[in-house]
Amino acid sequence: MASLIGLYSLFFGLFSSFLIIFFSIKNLRNFLNFDSKILSLTFLQFFFVVVSFLGLIISFINSDFSNETVYNHSHSTKPLFYKISGTWGNHEGSLLLWLLVLTLFLFLFLLKSKEQNKKYRILTLFFQQIIIIGFFIFLLKTSNPFSYIFPTPAEGLGLNPILQDPALAIHPPILYLGYVGSSIIFSSTLAAATLNKINKEWATHIKKWVLLSWIFLTLGILLGSIWAYYELGWGGFWFWDPVENVSLMPWLALTTLLHCLLVLEKRFLLTSWVVILSISTFTLSMCGTFLVRSGILNSVHTFANDPERGLFILIFLFSLIFLSLFIFFFFHKFENKNMNQLFWLSKETSILVNNWFMMYFLTVVLIGTVYPIFLEVISSEKISVGPPFYHKLIIPFLIPFLFMMAIGPKLKWIKSDLLIKKRLIVLFLISFLLSLLLVINLNIDILINSILLTFAFYLFFISLRDFFIKKKLSLSQNFAHFGFSLLILSILFNNILSKEIITNLKVGEIYKSEKFEINFKNIGQAEKKNFKEIIGKFYIKDSEGNIEILNPGLRIYNQPNIVTSEADIKVNLFEDKFITMNYVPNQDYFNIRYQIKPFMIWIWFSVLLITFGGIISVFKKKYEN
Amino acid sequence: MKYLKYIIILFLVSNMNLSFADEQEIKLQNKITKNLRCLICQGQSIYDSDSQFAISLKILVEKKLSEGLSEKEIYEYFENKYGEWILYDPKFNKNTYFLWLLPILMFLLGGAILFKLFIIKKN
Amino acid sequence: MFLKKNMKIKILPLVLVISFLIIFLIFYKGLNNSNIYTPETNLKKDVPNFKTKIFNSEKLIESDEIFENDKFYLVNIWASWCVPCREEHPFLVDLNKKKNLEIVGLNYKDNKKNAKIFLDDLGNPYDIILMDQDGTISIEWGAYGVPETFLIYNKKIIKKIIGPLDLKKVFEINELVK
Repeated sequence: MASLIGLYSLFFGLFSSFLIIFFSIKNLRNFLNFDSKILSLTFLQFFFVVVSFLGLIISFINSDFSNETVYNHSHSTKPLFYKISGTWGNHEGSLLLWLLVLTLFLFLFLLKSKEQNKKYRILTLFFQQIIIIGFFIFLLKTSNPFSYIFPTPAEGLGLNPILQDPALAIHPPILYLGYVGSSIIFSSTLAAATLNKINKEWATHIKKWVLLSWIFLTLGILLGSIWAYYELGWGGFWFWDPVENVSLMPWLALTTLLHCLLVLEKRFLLTSWVVILSISTFTLSMCGTFLVRSGILNSVHTFANDPERGLFILIFLFSLIFLSLFIFFFFHKFENKNMNQLFWLSKETSILVNNWFMMYFLTVVLIGTVYPIFLEVISSEKISVGPPFYHKLIIPFLIPFLFMMAIGPKLKWIKSDLLIKKRLIVLFLISFLLSLLLVINLNIDILINSILLTFAFYLFFISLRDFFIKKKLSLSQNFAHFGFSLLILSILFNNILSKEIITNLKVGEIYKSEKFEINFKNIGQAEKKNFKEIIGKFYIKDSEGNIEILNPGLRIYNQPNIVTSEADIKVNLFEDKFITMNYVPNQDYFNIRYQIKPFMIWIWFSVLLITFGGIISVFKKKYEN
Repeated sequence: MKYLKYIIILFLVSNMNLSFADEQEIKLQNKITKNLRCLICQGQSIYDSDSQFAISLKILVEKKLSEGLSEKEIYEYFENKYGEWILYDPKFNKNTYFLWLLPILMFLLGGAILFKLFIIKKN
Repeated sequence: MFLKKNMKIKILPLVLVISFLIIFLIFYKGLNNSNIYTPETNLKKDVPNFKTKIFNSEKLIESDEIFENDKFYLVNIWASWCVPCREEHPFLVDLNKKKNLEIVGLNYKDNKKNAKIFLDDLGNPYDIILMDQDGTISIEWGAYGVPETFLIYNKKIIKKIIGPLDLKKVFEINELVK
């Protein structure tokens, strides 16, 4: 029943699009003010999608296996929380989530832009509707979440247990609010470009939407990394896997866009950058959707491997690209490139330099991700592009980048003088000496890491000092940049100081090394709702004699029949102790992996700081108003 | 007694070297296994994976290292068995010129545009 | 100056449109390609060198000794805990009847007792069984796991089969062994 309502609601939602367009065209033609009917209709459309979404959730909760999606991805013994989150943990459900965010953001945009020009609002609506209709058709034609199967199976196929995790349950909604939320930036930028409205006032207006999308995207990426760290059991949090890259690319474009808007708000510059970046962000989001759903890439979490769906998205994506190109070249008026407007030592220039570097990073990630596809099509050769590639091309460039992040905010708008402040040099010396000390004591043998350390410290000290000294401070920018320096430092230290032991142990055996002693005390069993668990008890003694008890587990799920290894992680402020236990076929011992990962909490915390910077910026405006 | 002192110092020093060498070897081992792709997993390196294939490969890497093969030789050995795609660090050959050079080219292009922007200005 | 600017603007969009069209075509073709990464199954490679124990004894044997005769050899990687191995086993028992084909078993990460039970249950088609306790020998052969089968002649691998044997693959082996 719920599925039926859900399906009809989708049709109503699609139908609303046509109503919306009809009334919008009418409103555009007449000279009246913005028709409030249109706003109500967009809310209605959003409402229909919500009903549809709820229909799917209820089907999952009720384990209604006559619904093909529920059958494929759920099981009656799944805990309620995961039944609900299973709704969006699959291809069809996640597309419904896309529609939810698309229609929500359209409604919110129209609601919050009442002071804007009518034509602009309606044009934005048009472009957004193109995307919305595209997704409705995609959903109904190739990925129907309410597909009926008969006869009704008695039981479902279950959800992959790796996906049954709290972080992964909220990761998609949050990520989509960022990812899909950039659609409204796309639509409104195209509208503004058509009307030649890309200017200071518009920049201020659009900035809050960019911030909103950016905040959620950053948090979404953070949640994904946290999930990977806690759940996948290898102690890593970023692998340059295609799906990770696909979320990073819009983030890079969005961050660059944010900086460009800061310039546009103050001066009439970088308008072309703003248009291109807005288009690129959403295009990259859609491109990402294409890459992970079409089966064209091979990665840890590809959704549906269905070339038919891939083809639809491909055509849809490129239609949007060609549409954007058309509007950009036909309508956009390139600002008068009056050369006297840009002085080389100014904040605007430092942001231009920032753009330069960010676009380079984006290029590296983009090329690294899609190159294997291109190579295979052109020459039938298969290669892998993994972390070494990204590290080699990105890390050296982080060094000047960090320097610019430290110096850039200090430059004035329009023109800065070359007064080299003493403290800038002193702080650099301190950073250098500190790094030198650490390099020597920690035996850091990679030169690049040492230099990176210096510059990361430099940014760290400069932004830290700014919290206490600077009067006219942009808190949001300082938090974000300080957070970034902390992120680089945490990752560096984590990398340098991580330790690991891999060994095979039987129950009761003890592993001894000069720094650790691992005692495999005993083994226990537990029966849970949809799995049986074997839990090992390990006493880990460090060189000072402190003992930590860790309990990794092996879970044997019934549906689907999978064995997963559950790591036990003891988190504290300075390091995480991480242990996994793995089954070795036909032997009576287990493969044990024990890792010490320093500063993990700081990595998560620094990303939160960066996000916090963005949040401050959203509320700063409200406060000032 | 003096000799005993020297012997003890020599012993300690040689032990230090030994453990340092051990650590170096583990570091190298990790570096190599991080660069090898686990072929039956979906997107994990041999270092990260706990699958049977990965475990066997780790043992083999250790064996080859103790046989005295260099890092490069080990990569060649595996490439010979499984093809280029077992290596995560793409080689620099005719297949990958664009892969490595295109980003650098873009960077230089960007730099050139910026450069032109400001040099023309100065004139 | 005005003309130049106009012309410049016209070239750039054209270049972009063409580039995106090319990219579209490449992605389109990429979609239709199979995504299952299988290695080169056609390379004529040499039999790897290795040394290992014979099943149920402590005796070591070198790879050279195993493949010395002028016969066809079928190397089959198997394990008692491997379900597809059970399914393909009858095919191996059948192939053992061929006079010019010797079947070499490579027992992968297995427990001797369980392996013996497996053979007692389903029959022993192997002329000789080698041990691969840690899985490293299978990697020397370029295998990923179990089951995998290699057809050898003149110390060269002439066919590699990934996954369990079926009628079609057995037919291909029969064709080659003539």
